[in-house]
Amino acid sequence: MKTADTALIRIFNVSKNYGTKPALNHITLDIFKNEFVFFTGPSGAGKSTLLKLLYLGESITEGQVLIDGMNLARISKSRAHILRRKLGIIFQDYKLIPGKTVFQNVALVLEPRGLGQRYIRKKVHSVLRTVGMEDRLRAFPLGLSGGEQQKVAVARAVVGEPKIILADEPTGSLDSDSAENIFELLTTFHKRGTTVLFATHDTALIRNTKHRVIYLNKGRLQT
Amino acid sequence: MITLFFKKAFQDILSNRFLNSVTIVTIGLSVLIISSFALFFINTNALLDSWQKGIRVLVYLEPQTSEANRLDLRYQIQQMENVQEIHFISKDTALKDLKEQMRSHSSLLENLKENPLPDTFEVRVLDVSSDLNKVAVLAKKIEAFPLVEEVEYGQHWIAKFSHIINIFKFIGYAMGGLFLFATLFIIANTIRLVLYSRKDEIEIMRLVGSNDRFIKAPFYIEGLILSALGGLVGLTALFAAYQFALSKFHTGLSLGLLEIRFLSIGQFFLFIGGSMLVGLIGCYLSLKQFLKN
Repeated sequence: MKTADTALIRIFNVSKNYGTKPALNHITLDIFKNEFVFFTGPSGAGKSTLLKLLYLGESITEGQVLIDGMNLARISKSRAHILRRKLGIIFQDYKLIPGKTVFQNVALVLEPRGLGQRYIRKKVHSVLRTVGMEDRLRAFPLGLSGGEQQKVAVARAVVGEPKIILADEPTGSLDSDSAENIFELLTTFHKRGTTVLFATHDTALIRNTKHRVIYLNKGRLQT
Repeated sequence: MITLFFKKAFQDILSNRFLNSVTIVTIGLSVLIISSFALFFINTNALLDSWQKGIRVLVYLEPQTSEANRLDLRYQIQQMENVQEIHFISKDTALKDLKEQMRSHSSLLENLKENPLPDTFEVRVLDVSSDLNKVAVLAKKIEAFPLVEEVEYGQHWIAKFSHIINIFKFIGYAMGGLFLFATLFIIANTIRLVLYSRKDEIEIMRLVGSNDRFIKAPFYIEGLILSALGGLVGLTALFAAYQFALSKFHTGLSLGLLEIRFLSIGQFFLFIGGSMLVGLIGCYLSLKQFLKN
């Protein structure tokens, strides 16, 4: 049963200003476990800003956010990793490390957790197999296509078995086939029990969706 | 985890080869300068110590001193504090020794009508290297005897030499301090350059859940490795210079006039340890500032 108490993410009266310019204006929202939620709206609507607040990429100007019981206002910068290990983040520009191989980019999530090298190797192989990139383990990101890079980014986001995936315009710079592919992958991980927050302005993806769609415009929720 | 940190540190060093080589050479130069000063002081101090330990007081007697008075005086000096032994050199022996030393100019001494040298007591003093004043006090006491014409113990040149050494020590400490700061600054800046060149990577690492400890540890190891290698380079250069000096001044050294020694094993590791400590502080300073932002 979906009640405020069972919400995985609680966003209460949240505002974000850049200087005097408001980017988010008094947003209140609950997101539940194993939900797949689309955030959509025109450019500058506040979709990315909202996701950034959730992974502590930006500070909240006003209001409160609770993720899995953690009050974001009380998490210091040095303890941000505790929250981020519950999250898997996917960016429009992939944010892969160019000097590291596909394997190393994905393994980077597990290494700080003190896990054994054998386990890390097994887990990374398994995830890369799921996203169809197992044969490109030793490739460097710049040698991959945009769609392949985003698949690696998805693998990196899910390898730590996060409770929540935050996907910020993950298909924004991909062709329609690659975009469909990434969406399918996220649907797969959602079916395995992960909550997915998907920010996009791609209307084709949300046209016939059965998932919840939240519209944002000028930093406000649209009903 | 430690193995992983070392692996990452070595990967970082290899991927920034040029920058890290420059750092190692610069640290090496700083260590070379500081250790050169240290080696200079160690050797001059040893030299000064040996000179001070071997101080002898020469007591020149009045020309008409009788043998009885001389024996009495000898006894009285023998009983004085800090006197190790006393040895009489008659004026004839002194002239004979002088002729021996000046063999090539013996004609100058052949035509002397009378022996101009005085009878002398050579007084060996106990080890007073910690306090040269004790020699001065002893000399003053001996000089007070009526039969003593003059007392000499090289007070002026020992004082002068000590004074010069002290000036060098001061310059050495000042320069050592300056180079220490320079090394600290260089290491901190190198690490900062590496951090800036990998700013995006560090940001990504943070976003995917790396904590500061995981990000910092390889940099600390990198700093330790670079400063240890820099220390080794500096001390190897110093050893090469030392060997060169030994071969150059071989004649003087073989006569035992001058003995130059190299750093002991303990001092060697002290320098490497010091260099690593400076490297660690340099890393700490730049990481603290960088990760704050």
